[in-house]
Amino acid sequence: MLRYSARRTAHAVVVLFGVSVIVFIMLHLLPGSPARALLGPRATPAKVAAFNQQYGYNKPLFIQYFTWLWQMLQGNLGFSVKLNENVTTAIASRLPGTALLVGLANLFAFVIAVPVGLMQAARRNRFFDYVATGLAFVFYSMPAFWLGLLLVILFSEQLHLLPPIVPQASFGQLLTHPGDIALPVITLTLITTALFSRYMRSSALENLPLDYVRTARAKGMGGQQVLWRHVLRNAAGPLITLVGLTLPVVVSGAILVESIFNYPGMGLLFWNAAQSEDYPTILGVTLVVGVATVVGSFIADVLYAIVDPRVRLS
Amino acid sequence: MTDVNEQLAEISPLNGLHGEEGAAGGRRLLAAARTFAHNRLGLAGVLIVLLMIGFCFIGPLIYHTNQVYTNLNQVHLAPSLAHPLGTDPLGYDELGRLMVGGRASLEVALAASVIATGFGALWGAISGYIGGLADTVMMRAVDAMLSVPPLLIVLFLATIYRPNVPVLIIVVALVAWLIPSRLVRGEALRLRTLEYVQAVRVIGGSHWRAISRHVLPNSIGTMAVNVTFQVADAILLVAAMGYLGLGIPAPGTDWGSMLSSGIDYIYSGYWWLIYPPGIAIVVTVVAFNFIGDALRDAFEVRLRER
Repeated sequence: MLRYSARRTAHAVVVLFGVSVIVFIMLHLLPGSPARALLGPRATPAKVAAFNQQYGYNKPLFIQYFTWLWQMLQGNLGFSVKLNENVTTAIASRLPGTALLVGLANLFAFVIAVPVGLMQAARRNRFFDYVATGLAFVFYSMPAFWLGLLLVILFSEQLHLLPPIVPQASFGQLLTHPGDIALPVITLTLITTALFSRYMRSSALENLPLDYVRTARAKGMGGQQVLWRHVLRNAAGPLITLVGLTLPVVVSGAILVESIFNYPGMGLLFWNAAQSEDYPTILGVTLVVGVATVVGSFIADVLYAIVDPRVRLS
Repeated sequence: MTDVNEQLAEISPLNGLHGEEGAAGGRRLLAAARTFAHNRLGLAGVLIVLLMIGFCFIGPLIYHTNQVYTNLNQVHLAPSLAHPLGTDPLGYDELGRLMVGGRASLEVALAASVIATGFGALWGAISGYIGGLADTVMMRAVDAMLSVPPLLIVLFLATIYRPNVPVLIIVVALVAWLIPSRLVRGEALRLRTLEYVQAVRVIGGSHWRAISRHVLPNSIGTMAVNVTFQVADAILLVAAMGYLGLGIPAPGTDWGSMLSSGIDYIYSGYWWLIYPPGIAIVVTVVAFNFIGDALRDAFEVRLRER
């Protein structure tokens, strides 16, 4: 286990380095120079020179990279002129909201997808399987924003049950008013469930013909018992890794969901930044989300290795 | 999104239990085509895609509408004989707009997927075939890019480069080549150990010959399956960009941009601005997923029966 963890940690560190290089490349893709992009077209040459001096943009590229990396490691993501706020503070105040949205969606999706996928595999090519497969197809083929729109039409416009827009409240207020964030969470949950249940179904199908299932049956265990006691645990294991792997996809969905419902999170921050060409914020969010994804899939892999020892040995 | 399943299949401890036999290319393609022909959902997918392509590319030749000049005298008209799907906030005929928008969405998705799968396959084949340090570096680069949500990269690029069809193709391809490269690398790792691939070196053939004559052709099934899923994902990605205001600029449009202009009118009851583009996206994406699943079964990329 220790060797596996060490190997996996080294991998995560290398990938984190890669993520930082990507964001650094993005910084240099900005029109003109980083100074022009960050200070705006009307900045005086003196200001540009001062900026280049301060951030080391007049030095060779690899020195620039390490200077920049050093700033990032200290948690200094730069200053957003558009928000008149430190990017680090701007992200920190919205991170919990997105974490809540993505966390709840993943949790609910996991809880729904595991039994549904298992039952689909057990009743393969029967009515329940067809209905669930059909629904999964439709939901993951649906653009997140359109699904959100349809839910708004149904729950807000027709039934007047839930608010179409999330109030711009603090994280604590979001927690105490679950009704306000219900629609965004439902939207993201439906899409994520479609993703997970398809995998759970095929994972369970792969397990059903294996020897341990036959052994359990031979010992006289009932079909349902084998399914819920043994197959469930074996088939749901890989799903832990799936949660890590799909994090970028779910976060992409979260950006869309946040922009529909005006949900106060990093996705909305990013979208607003993209519309006002607020590059420090765009790059800051990209870096933070990239790092969070790497850390998330690292945790998922280590968890999976704890649950399923076969992974460690391969 | 289905790609994640394939990604996971690659790392699954059960992987390799269901390996396929290396058969002659032609015979394998024929067998795959025969299996595909028996898959009803796959055939339905092909039919839907063909109908959609006909609708978007041939439709405007039959159903003539003005999609260049706005007409503020007839905005938000409800569906009627003159305008079967009504008109939009700028007075464009919605049915004609659906064709124009679909053309852009399909062009971007198809071209980006083919380019991305081709480049990704090459990257993966080289990485897996060479192995060692080069493989590690090339694959960690892929891992790093996969860690950043594609929508973030794509939106960032769209703020710098003004979106149009060629720009969108490149931008989407830039995030879409990663999964195929991983999948083909897995194939290359397996293939390079086989005798007939190593024999290329023995008879004095170059590494490039081994890659281009053996590794890539033997990965054709993986590539074919992947490219269809990539199209489905690309359509959703382009729609998301359009919805967020970074799609094809006016007077052109795409399905996502059409939805984005419809969203302001939820409470006005202008359903013809919200349902048609959304349904077009879902139907097309489902169709491509059907084809992808059928191809996966046909090429035995994973379990034949799922």
